[in-house]
Amino acid sequence: MEAIVNQLPIGLSIGAVLLLIALGLTFTFGQMGVINMAHGEFIMAGAYTAYLLQDWAGRQAVIVALPVAFGVAGLMGLVLERAAIRHFYGRPLDTLLLTWGVSLVLQQAARDLFGAPNVQVQAPSWLQGGIGILPYNRLFIMALAIGSVVAVWAYMSRTSQGRRMRAVMQNRQLAAVMGINTGRVDQRTFFIGSGLAGIAGVALTLIGPVGPALGTYYIVDAFLVVVAGGLGQLRGAVIAAVALGLLNSYAEFWTNASLAKVIVFVAIIAFLQVRPQGLFVLRSRALT
Amino acid sequence: MTATVRGERDTVGLAPPGPGRPWHARLLGPAAFTAIAVLALVVAPLALEPFRLGLLAKYLCYAIVALGIGLAWGQGGMLTLGQGVFFGLGGYAMGMYLKLHDAGGHLPDFMVWSGVEKLPPLWVPFGNPVFAIAFAVAGPVLLALLLGTLVFRQRVRGAYFAILTQALAAATVILLVGQQGLTGGTNGLTNFFDLFGQDLAADETQRGLYLVVAAVLGLLYLVARQLVRSRFGRLLVAIRDGEDRVRFLGYDPATVKTVTFAVSAGMAGLAGALFVPVVGIISPALLGVVPSLELVVAVAVGGRFSLAGAVLGAVVMGYAKTSFSEQFADGWLYLQGALFILVMTLAPKGLLGLAARARDLLPSRRRA
Repeated sequence: MEAIVNQLPIGLSIGAVLLLIALGLTFTFGQMGVINMAHGEFIMAGAYTAYLLQDWAGRQAVIVALPVAFGVAGLMGLVLERAAIRHFYGRPLDTLLLTWGVSLVLQQAARDLFGAPNVQVQAPSWLQGGIGILPYNRLFIMALAIGSVVAVWAYMSRTSQGRRMRAVMQNRQLAAVMGINTGRVDQRTFFIGSGLAGIAGVALTLIGPVGPALGTYYIVDAFLVVVAGGLGQLRGAVIAAVALGLLNSYAEFWTNASLAKVIVFVAIIAFLQVRPQGLFVLRSRALT
Repeated sequence: MTATVRGERDTVGLAPPGPGRPWHARLLGPAAFTAIAVLALVVAPLALEPFRLGLLAKYLCYAIVALGIGLAWGQGGMLTLGQGVFFGLGGYAMGMYLKLHDAGGHLPDFMVWSGVEKLPPLWVPFGNPVFAIAFAVAGPVLLALLLGTLVFRQRVRGAYFAILTQALAAATVILLVGQQGLTGGTNGLTNFFDLFGQDLAADETQRGLYLVVAAVLGLLYLVARQLVRSRFGRLLVAIRDGEDRVRFLGYDPATVKTVTFAVSAGMAGLAGALFVPVVGIISPALLGVVPSLELVVAVAVGGRFSLAGAVLGAVVMGYAKTSFSEQFADGWLYLQGALFILVMTLAPKGLLGLAARARDLLPSRRRA
């Protein structure tokens, strides 16, 4: 019983990290149908932003880094979208291979710039300690995830930009006919989606070291969250991320780390038998 | 926009059957195949030194996997990012047999090091070479049939399928690394000495293995080509280009896709089984997310819409990787990354697509 309780904050914070990453994917994969394998490297870029900011922000680097990492990763995403991805709309599987090439280059670039060994980011002193079994750093990540979800929800459902974004997602041609500049919407979507990856990267510095391959550990799980939650569905992503985070940490605890991933995989396949398109589905008459 | 892409694809991968084309065009394919077969089976073993021949054998093993990817992805539109898993299943089956054979009734060396006292029951049947080789093919086929049935029946496809296969590859690696006493962990299975009474280190054995690999590749190529040209193959291409439309016509896309996926998995398994005696090792690093993706990219580089392109891509990329990492190890990642970006943006049909475009630019008799 005690073990179940002890494992809870770990599972929830893994879920929160997955949620932060999957939120970004909800934009790029869910809204635009782009499988961005370089998303993991945007996470890595966010984490290294926090590392670099330590030089002048000291131990508050993590806080300062949040907006900066959003901008840095967002700009990287914007450049990627403008330079390459926009030529690939309608060919999602090709973007996967293209962006994997980008991710290889970015990883090697990080290795050349920052060195192959992992680096540490010092957490602010007020994030050390905790209430009972809840460490402050994990609480902070959960709060960050909740804050991001609320911000994304508000943006998507309460602003005109968000409305345009949803319109383009539901029917690109029709949205264009209505006078929406779909190219500009795509840029914005990619900027925000990639920026969220940067924020996830900053959050990751609180629970582990930073290395060039940081993104690769989380990217597969984050894509699974989007698959299980339903394409472009905020609610689905939240539920799936928390469920996957908890399943991961409990499966690891009860069996061992090597079986946990297999259990998660089997669980996802089983889940897709019941809900092949994820938790929530956007109904559409479009044929594929 | 999608419509133009589809229109472009309509002709690819569907070479019109014999009649209707001039005789020299009809003979071109078989002639090229014979020439390459002679080159691979007669010239290469005589001309190449043993080390280079071994490398070529390794590329040809990858080419067998690539052939399967070309079938599943190029023809069937199923982007499978987990072929490494099937390759690994075949490889481990063969590796387990070789380990048991070398140990000659004792425990394999790595088990002794990890403190295993009794041979795990899972290992027992692999002492039999027939079982091991049969499993190398049947294991991947069954796994693919199971996965395909579960996934395709539910109409999970496209990017979802790609992500699921990638997750399978990631999970498999973690599983293999974790079960140290059963699988040799990160090191995998290595240090093999003897195959059916032949010394594996001998040049003669390696040359024989090369010939076997080349022959298997040639045979599987012919089988795959026949499959693509059959009614089944046309259905497969039709499903790639419009799955729902095929369903409306009364066909069952799930079965066609599952069978194709299983065939490609079987090819990967067989390639894995051949790879182990040729290269002398099978380890998690050879079958994870990255190697699986590398093979898909090799297929893209060669030209995914043609089986020959898939084979060509695997050999070219294998060769490029060896020669570039020999000279500058770190540069390879930059080069590989840049290559994908260039191929995907400029030549989505790969090297063969470029060749076809070059041929179209030349003045031809047909047009004259």
